[in-house]
Amino acid sequence: MTATVTTGAAIAARAIDVWKVYGSGEAQVIALNGVSVDLAQGHYTAIMGPSGSGKSTLMHCLAGLDSVTRGEVYIGETRLTGMSDGDLTTLRRTKVGFIFQQFNLLPTLTAEENILLPLAIAGRKPDRAWYDTVIDTVGLRDRLSHRPSQLSGGQQQRVACARALVARPDVVFADEPTGNLDSHSGAEVLGFLRNSVRDFGQTIVMVTHDPNAASYADRVIFLADGRIVDELRDPTAESVLDRLKRLDVTGDVTSSAQEA
Amino acid sequence: MLRATLKSLLARKLRLTLSMIAVVLSVMFVAGSFVLTDTLGRSFDALFANIYTYTDVQVQPVPKNGQQGAGTTLPASTVDEVKSVPGVAKATGQVFLNGAKVVGKNGKLVLNQSGQRFGGNWSGEDQLVQLKEGTGPQSDDEVTINAGLAKAGNFKVGDPIDIITAEPRKTYKVVGIFLFAGGRESMAGEQTVFFTEKVAQQTMTGQTGVYTDIDVKAAPGTSKTQLRDALKAKLGADFQVKTGDELAKDSAQPFKDIFKYVNYVLVGFGLVAVLVGIFLILNTFSIIVAQRTQELALLRAMGASRGQVLRSVLLEALLIGVIGSAVGFGVGIGLGAIGAYGLGAATAGSLKIASLGVPPIAAILAFGIGISVTLIAAIVPALRASRVAPIAALRESAATDRPLTKITILGAVVTVGGAVPLIWGLSGAGDATLSLILAGVLALLVGVALLTPVISRPVVSILGRAFSWSVPGQLGRRNSARNPRRTAITAAAVMIGIALVTAISTVFASLSTSLGKVVDQELQADLIVAGQQTSEVPPTIQPDELKAIRGLPEVQTVAAATYDAAQIDGKNQFVIAYDDWSSARTVLKLKPAEGSIDGLSSGQLIVDRKTADDNKLKVGDQVKIALTKTGEKSYTLVGITAPTNIGNGFTISDTDAQAGFRFAKPIQAYVKVKDGADVNAVKTEISDAIKNNPEVNVQTREEYIGTSTQFFDILLYAVQVLLLVALAISVLGVINTLVLSVIERTRELGMLRAIGLRRSQTMRMVTTESVVIVLFGTLLGLVVGGGLGTAVVQALKQAVGFGDVSLPWGLMLTYLVAALFVGVFAAIIPAVRAARLNVLGAIAYE
Repeated sequence: MTATVTTGAAIAARAIDVWKVYGSGEAQVIALNGVSVDLAQGHYTAIMGPSGSGKSTLMHCLAGLDSVTRGEVYIGETRLTGMSDGDLTTLRRTKVGFIFQQFNLLPTLTAEENILLPLAIAGRKPDRAWYDTVIDTVGLRDRLSHRPSQLSGGQQQRVACARALVARPDVVFADEPTGNLDSHSGAEVLGFLRNSVRDFGQTIVMVTHDPNAASYADRVIFLADGRIVDELRDPTAESVLDRLKRLDVTGDVTSSAQEA
Repeated sequence: MLRATLKSLLARKLRLTLSMIAVVLSVMFVAGSFVLTDTLGRSFDALFANIYTYTDVQVQPVPKNGQQGAGTTLPASTVDEVKSVPGVAKATGQVFLNGAKVVGKNGKLVLNQSGQRFGGNWSGEDQLVQLKEGTGPQSDDEVTINAGLAKAGNFKVGDPIDIITAEPRKTYKVVGIFLFAGGRESMAGEQTVFFTEKVAQQTMTGQTGVYTDIDVKAAPGTSKTQLRDALKAKLGADFQVKTGDELAKDSAQPFKDIFKYVNYVLVGFGLVAVLVGIFLILNTFSIIVAQRTQELALLRAMGASRGQVLRSVLLEALLIGVIGSAVGFGVGIGLGAIGAYGLGAATAGSLKIASLGVPPIAAILAFGIGISVTLIAAIVPALRASRVAPIAALRESAATDRPLTKITILGAVVTVGGAVPLIWGLSGAGDATLSLILAGVLALLVGVALLTPVISRPVVSILGRAFSWSVPGQLGRRNSARNPRRTAITAAAVMIGIALVTAISTVFASLSTSLGKVVDQELQADLIVAGQQTSEVPPTIQPDELKAIRGLPEVQTVAAATYDAAQIDGKNQFVIAYDDWSSARTVLKLKPAEGSIDGLSSGQLIVDRKTADDNKLKVGDQVKIALTKTGEKSYTLVGITAPTNIGNGFTISDTDAQAGFRFAKPIQAYVKVKDGADVNAVKTEISDAIKNNPEVNVQTREEYIGTSTQFFDILLYAVQVLLLVALAISVLGVINTLVLSVIERTRELGMLRAIGLRRSQTMRMVTTESVVIVLFGTLLGLVVGGGLGTAVVQALKQAVGFGDVSLPWGLMLTYLVAALFVGVFAAIIPAVRAARLNVLGAIAYE
């Protein structure tokens, strides 16, 4: 395989002055308030923030799952804003991979079939060498013929990770991937994601509220009230926790300033 | 709890609607048929009450040999006897019979919706009959006709008019046109021709000096009933004496009886709808309960008792039942009204439809069936709901697949339990036969339905392979195999309709082909000349026509048959006679089995093997046969023919028939052409010979076979309608199951869309699931129905003597292909729903 470890220069995903507004008038909720962010290729980025900060919304918009009210979103050089459902589907097939909190495997398929599902849907042949690499990396070779109900939560999430990686997408979006796992299984999954960035130059964007999970990333972006309020490079669990504490304070200040 | 139930019900309007439609359809047929029957029944009552308004008392001879009307006459002396009874003001001997066929100016019979073509004797104007123009018939070639007939055939006073009766076609002259009381052109769309008395007797009864009934007017001071009783006492048991009111009632009865059968058929439709509907409702509630497990568990955790949960589900069912029944009842009344008034319009106003009647039984059955069906179908899911443990509220929705052992054992027991009465019934159990067969079929269907989950696994997996060439197809196939119970119940609903229709089609197809084969094998004739009987007087081939046919150069043999009803050892039977017995033997391929069948002379009788066995007759026996004209006489059984299906029955000599039959004219003629002659050319020549006889036509063997099996083909069409009803409901079931599955799999669909499944692929996935379910149900139905039909045909083989099983392959293939389309059709709504799912909403769905 030919994994190119990229420099930080190339951009995998980008948001330019993105607004996301729900409802109107009194009931109006601003989920994203003019967010601009560049996510570098071959980097592991974590998006953090308190509940309601807009972190999930930002990820959904970046992944093309949700539309934006204003602003522009790019995956690589492709502008997502205003794309049709069919084009977005094609984009998701070729450039984007997903890992969900709830694993979301098809109970009717075996682990192997689940992993190969995105390729099957797109009608593409798997690259055998890459497939073997992914399987060995997630350590699932002896579980391939099992159905999701016969796998533990950690194993299911590793199947989901393999599924996201096997199509070699430009970006993998992970939404609280460890949210439903015990700490041991969670660490396994996070380590695996970390390795895929280091070994294969995979770009990963992960939403989490767990400082320990965020510490596996290269960069942490902090969101509050729909704005990017802070960021951190090469984080540790302690430094993330520290920033979060500060954020709570600033958040309070911001909200009281708005009320005034 | 009540409020929670209502809210849950309202929140799921779609599933509410689909379940309700099943109830509505079942109830609709039941209610509609009763409304129709009631309304039409009263319409006919009113009609006949009208006809007999001016009749005080009528005297008729009691039918002696099983023939209604035509064969029963009374001598003129009876009229005098009636006149001598005190209280009689006037007694008029009447001839009035169906069978005066008027040939229109286009050479065909004048059209008539009621099929009644009366011929009678003119007895002057009275309250009922009033001349519009002209006079009554004075001489033997004059007739007076009703205004309706004059209008339909465009006859005016002075016009010639051709009439076929028991006598050959003859030209009369219209001298008068009359109206019925109240200025009506006809009483009920019928046609009436009045001849002079002598001609009426001759042409309608074939005898002179006889009447068919006596119209008696009561003297002032004598009531109708008193008069009736006095006449009864005087005339004795050989006559029936009835008042006008009684006649009206009796005359309406045959029509009401017909509607009773129409009613049975419609109620039958309703019951099939109910049967299929039960599956739909059962499935809906099962899925709802499965989906609401967490909600129900939460209620239990908060202190709701099992009883409360049970009642909550049953209450939901009750509401659906009540609303569905009410809607179905309303639609049924509407359908009944459309049916009744439609029929009224079809008779061109000759039948005045009484006001719409909604008998209490219609309401009772509508609500009874609707509500009980819904509750019965909901009871199993409700019990399951009540067993949801409170802890389930805390678990991820655990839609675990329960083992199929219990349901399979139950299914096997019910299937065997259905097979026993079915076999018993099919092998003949006297009066109980029909009910045993029905019970057996019903139990068998339910049993097979219970077995479907087990059968579904291998079959669905094999079926699904056909669709596995694409990823959406594979996903769809796996989805259909995912919940065997759900797939099975949905498919079972499809199965029932298809099984019923396939079974009936198999029986009809077998009978039809057997009959065709019999005619083909046993009939040597190349051409058959016959008429279609539309009245008590059969259409006959005139002697000169027969002579002309015999005289055709290319005709080799002609055997003409005539038949009449007679009493044989006290039983009503048909007696046949051929004008040329040796020709008949050849043309019908009759072979001797016992005695001699070479000759048949006066006083002799020949029967076929089956008739001999049925009546326990052997050669040399004396058989007492009472013919219409000659009365009871002894005939010697001289020969028994080998078993045959054409030309079977009691056969006597032409001489005896000419003396004893009411109308000893040939009714059917079998023609064999000379070797090498062109059958179609001879057919044209024969057509030409009978061109003045509009009721009689000539058919080739193939055409004749077609006509004799036509009846089955018509029945088959009627059965297809039954299929449509059943299928419509099962389609609702498929839609319902799929919609609920789509809702249940929202998250999964979201994930699939997120990883790149297109909208079109999503739709294909759902469609595959639908097609697999419908195909499975159809295949199962074809197998069960074919088996059931084969069993019935085998049983019939013993009863009627012929019955090679012939499966309606063409139809079955049609059903299978139709199943594909139905599957695709049923998938439309759920597939669109699935494709429209908001990807994000689906993933974030909690």
